Amino acid sequence: MFVINDLKFHYPDDDNDLLNIPHWQVAAGESVFLSAPSGTGKSTLVNLLAGIITPQHGTIRVMDSVINHLSSRQRDAFRARHIGMVFQQFNLIPYLSVMDNIRLASRFSDMSRAEADERSHTLLQMLGLTTLDATRQAEQLSVGQQQRVAIVRALVNEPALLLVDEPTSALDAAHRDQFIGLLMQQLDTSRTSLVFVSHDSSLKHHFSRHVHIGQLQHDAD
Amino acid sequence: MMLIKLAWHSLGSRLGTVLLTIMMMSVSILVLLSVENIRHQAKESFQQSVSDVDLIVGPRTGQINLLLYSIFHIGVPTHNLSWDSYQMLQQQPEVDWTIPLSLGDSHQGYRVVGSEQQLFEHFRYRADHSLEFASGNAFNETYDAVVGAEVAASLGYQTGNAIVLAHGIADTSFSRHDNHPFQISGILKPTGTPIDRSVFISLTGLEAMHADFPGANTAPDLTPQSVTAVLVGLTSKIKTFSLQREINTYSAEALQAILPGVALSSLWSMLSGVEQTLWVISLLVLLGALIGMVNVLLLSMRERRHELAVLRALGYHPSFLFALLQLEAILITASSIIVALLALSAGDMWLREWLLSQFGLFLADSLLQAGTWRLVGGIMLAAILSALLPAVNAYRQGLGTQLR
Repeated sequence: MFVINDLKFHYPDDDNDLLNIPHWQVAAGESVFLSAPSGTGKSTLVNLLAGIITPQHGTIRVMDSVINHLSSRQRDAFRARHIGMVFQQFNLIPYLSVMDNIRLASRFSDMSRAEADERSHTLLQMLGLTTLDATRQAEQLSVGQQQRVAIVRALVNEPALLLVDEPTSALDAAHRDQFIGLLMQQLDTSRTSLVFVSHDSSLKHHFSRHVHIGQLQHDAD
Repeated sequence: MMLIKLAWHSLGSRLGTVLLTIMMMSVSILVLLSVENIRHQAKESFQQSVSDVDLIVGPRTGQINLLLYSIFHIGVPTHNLSWDSYQMLQQQPEVDWTIPLSLGDSHQGYRVVGSEQQLFEHFRYRADHSLEFASGNAFNETYDAVVGAEVAASLGYQTGNAIVLAHGIADTSFSRHDNHPFQISGILKPTGTPIDRSVFISLTGLEAMHADFPGANTAPDLTPQSVTAVLVGLTSKIKTFSLQREINTYSAEALQAILPGVALSSLWSMLSGVEQTLWVISLLVLLGALIGMVNVLLLSMRERRHELAVLRALGYHPSFLFALLQLEAILITASSIIVALLALSAGDMWLREWLLSQFGLFLADSLLQAGTWRLVGGIMLAAILSALLPAVNAYRQGLGTQLR
């Protein structure tokens, strides 16, 4: 699904490479748990995979595209169409309705608006949200509900790659397992690859593969 | 359109701040539009203080001096035009009518102008308005006076009241003509010209007041000796320049004839400093409001960091964020302009009479003229340029966005 080769990245104000990944590959349909303590560049890696930022060196190939060789507009279009993202919290635009939040993503899909809305409603229902919830303002939902809407939005365009960054830290233990259960259930029905980033290793049993960020780095071995 | 929806709801979610910003902007736009209008209207009003007069004739002083005496009733005439010369003017075949004006006295700080019946027949201002009476009528008797609207309003005069005129223009003049009280025979309607601030009496009355023999049995000779200036109307405009030349070269007395339009224009250009100061002040007020709006948008960027990050993650290009901020600024400015225009129209509807009667400012038919629309366009452009700051900020934030 994606292949990273010889990747080096540092921030402009820092000379040392934050990330130096010789090679990392994730196959289609795989679900990978990437454990990484804070400050080790996990969010940076997510942003690189999404094409929001680009590395100074190396290549990131997602599907058939070397995304860091695309123009910034092409990368944005690629991300809109093929990559879904869910963050720790603040996933939704608070003053838009749930449905409009999803439409922010689904307007980039090949589906008609009616088809996209129908798919969104189906997904919402599978995640335990009602049609009524869809008309509510995002900020009126609980954090758990907001995270579920975020999954729906990330999946509505049937992405090839789903990047999930610490999505459960705002949730308590019971909701956390429920959240991951719902996420995995949705993935089973599609060919979407998942990279789930968290510092909390207790969640790793849900996933088909577990990688620690240290193992990826050049000086590992 | 997603962009419009986002901008609209985003502003709606910060309604309090946004409404305050709109209030601030609309007040300053209202100030700017009002100043611009009043500036324009004051000029019109000024230029139309007198119309239909082809020449103003007086002793040789200077064009501005003569204009100030004859139209604005300002200044102390140094010398006069003899009655013989006045009669000579009347007898010119090209002359249709003449209005003699004689200055020198005052009443409670308002100038007293001696004139004749022709004033009420032939004087025109603002294209084709003649003097009209709010009450009473023109002076008939020697000791009759007609007062302008502002004089009557500020001193509380009614027709029939007796007033005492004073020699000279000082308010506390010692040389009051106490022996010759005048009776108000009529009060004029507001005109928005210096007429409103004047007291008119007949030339005969003026002579009688100065000829100091009250109650004398023998009637004195009340033929005026001289007048300060004469407004002249011609039978045909074509003869204006030839008559002007004739008067300027009149050998019996040093006379001067001026064209009112030309003199008014050169007087107005002397006043343009005030006009420009007003303009600069209102531009500064607008600048203040624009800075306020930019400030509000920039402050909102902090709390909207996540929002911009989410949009980037969904595949929106930073230029979308740029457009979003610009659109918000445009919506705020457009709303402010609409509020200001509504307020201006309301003011136009309700304050028109008041402005005319209190300040002698006559407003033309509509405040919403071509100039207004140009100004509104300029304000919009200024707002778009100011909003570049938060918009570029959003763009850059979008480029370097860190999602957490």
